[in-house]
Amino acid sequence: MYKVGIDVGAKNIKIVVMKDGEVIAKDQCLAGFETKENTLSLYQKILESANISESDVSKITATGSGKKAAYFAQNSITEVTAAAKGATSLYPSAHSIIDVGAEEGKSIRCDGNGKIVDFALNEKCAAGAGAFIESMGRALELPIEQFGELSMQSDKEIPMNAQCAVFAESEVVSLMHAKTEKKDIAKAVNDAVASRITSMTRKVGFEKDIVLIGGMAKNTGFVQALKKGLETDIILAKDPEYISAIGAAIYND
Amino acid sequence: MAKEFWRWKEYNWKSENINWNNGAIITGGVDVGSVSSQAVVLVGGELFAYSSMRTGSDSPMSAVNSMNWALEGTGMTLENIKYVVGTGYGRVNVPFANKTITEIACHARGANLMYGNSVRTILDMGGQDCKAIRCDEKGKVTNFLMNDKCAAGTGRGMEVFADLLSVPIEDVGELSFYVEEEPPPVSSTCVVFAKTEATGLLREGWHKNKVIAAYCSAMAHRVVSLLERIGVEDDFVITGGIAKNVGVVRRIAKEIGIKTLETEYDSQIAGALGAALFARSLAEKGK
Amino acid sequence: MIANFGYKDGSGDFYIIIDTDKCNGCGDCVPVCPAGILEVRDNEYDPMADDLMAAVKEEFRKKIKYSCSPCKPDNIDYTLPCVKACQFDAITHSW
Repeated sequence: MYKVGIDVGAKNIKIVVMKDGEVIAKDQCLAGFETKENTLSLYQKILESANISESDVSKITATGSGKKAAYFAQNSITEVTAAAKGATSLYPSAHSIIDVGAEEGKSIRCDGNGKIVDFALNEKCAAGAGAFIESMGRALELPIEQFGELSMQSDKEIPMNAQCAVFAESEVVSLMHAKTEKKDIAKAVNDAVASRITSMTRKVGFEKDIVLIGGMAKNTGFVQALKKGLETDIILAKDPEYISAIGAAIYND
Repeated sequence: MAKEFWRWKEYNWKSENINWNNGAIITGGVDVGSVSSQAVVLVGGELFAYSSMRTGSDSPMSAVNSMNWALEGTGMTLENIKYVVGTGYGRVNVPFANKTITEIACHARGANLMYGNSVRTILDMGGQDCKAIRCDEKGKVTNFLMNDKCAAGTGRGMEVFADLLSVPIEDVGELSFYVEEEPPPVSSTCVVFAKTEATGLLREGWHKNKVIAAYCSAMAHRVVSLLERIGVEDDFVITGGIAKNVGVVRRIAKEIGIKTLETEYDSQIAGALGAALFARSLAEKGK
Repeated sequence: MIANFGYKDGSGDFYIIIDTDKCNGCGDCVPVCPAGILEVRDNEYDPMADDLMAAVKEEFRKKIKYSCSPCKPDNIDYTLPCVKACQFDAITHSW
């Protein structure tokens, strides 16, 4: 029998199909405004492409800020639980999990057996999450996928004064008018988000191994800044955006 | 290029009754805000002239321009002004200022003259910040907070919405009342997230005006939560650019149950007026 | 005067609050802050006054949430070093 984990995030829907602890199929799509419809059609698409019939799925568990959109799931778990469960199952040595998605940043401390000891959230403010990078990308006319690589080419340290994403957009425009190089601005933006995630992580405390999950783990410039901020190495999860969906799928196994 | 919907109008005004050449002390105040700059000139403490215009990318230039515009057609020049105080976000960039003073102090002092000394609570909603101030009968600050970290509750937040909905910012307030019933407020505080939420509401088929109403109401709720920290005491006034947005102002008054005082003056000049009043006190004190 | 230094954003209220009627500008709070966010300065909000007061430095006013987080003020029994250092109880915080 198959187990399905659905993570309905603020930006993307991620679904994994698992069997005996292995990921059989996975896919993602934009959450968009018809999130319910998009969640269902992504689910059907995955089953179809993996040649699995709905009756062979024994359990569907939903998570993510929009988990209600997965109305056909039998149960749902919190984002913190899903992140911790997914990360510690794949990386049993993990004591700290940092999850940075589109609209939320989380720092979770575990006891080494996957049990959550403490956690902190950066939520309801775009400054501490991927949305900040996305807003700046609009001002910079730089696709979010290229942010990491471009910022890695810079070794400048330009502090950003604005904390709010709306005000920071104006600051980025001023920097561009002042002929600041794009790569240097990209680095400043990554550094700004990383410093917020760093203080959140320092607040709950951290211990090795630290595993980074969520879409922002793909932004190499952000990862570098985070490592520098925490003054330690970080394990980058493979397919970082799917970890919480995996956590949901294997929950209560 | 797309039309910009969020610019405020520019204007100037001068008194017809005051003879400035009568030996009374002439002082000036310049408030260089993030969006607009105001200049005020007082003759013997009486309002003589003022102007309001957009702040350009060059703040010192904006300060000079706004003062020149206030003085236009009065026969007075900058040399006639004995003491000038600069205030606002760009206050360090007023080249002809004798001193700079925070906008918190200036707003309290300005509101004290504009609305009378019964004013105890001032809410100033500027382009890039939101200030909540309590003051005594002399216009001295007794409690304050200033939120310039977050765009929610500032003019900038409203501009983002005006832009998103392609509505001129001056019309936002009126339009927010053209709804059959008051919708629930937009739930996200963060402007970035509220924008996403609003886009979703439009896709659901909400009329533009209903979305505007939902945002005006969210903004009112947001600033009321800021006011709660300092406490609201009668009389209550709202100044700054958003004071012209009836959609927000009436909803704030409704939520806190206190009516806002009206003034014959332009509410946007409160900061510059306070600066000019401080200029007079400081000039007299020889500071 | 009550000076609320800080802000409120979508994620919460983050203020360091100084009561200038109690603060005499002694500066005992300044060295104990691990993030170095405090200073003693003139009263920016009353230009006619000559007294000094403790204040949050301007560059920290928009990031108190992050600057102050190492002091873990959300632990119920924990008193912030700046709050503890003030013998006049002039400093409080909002979270």
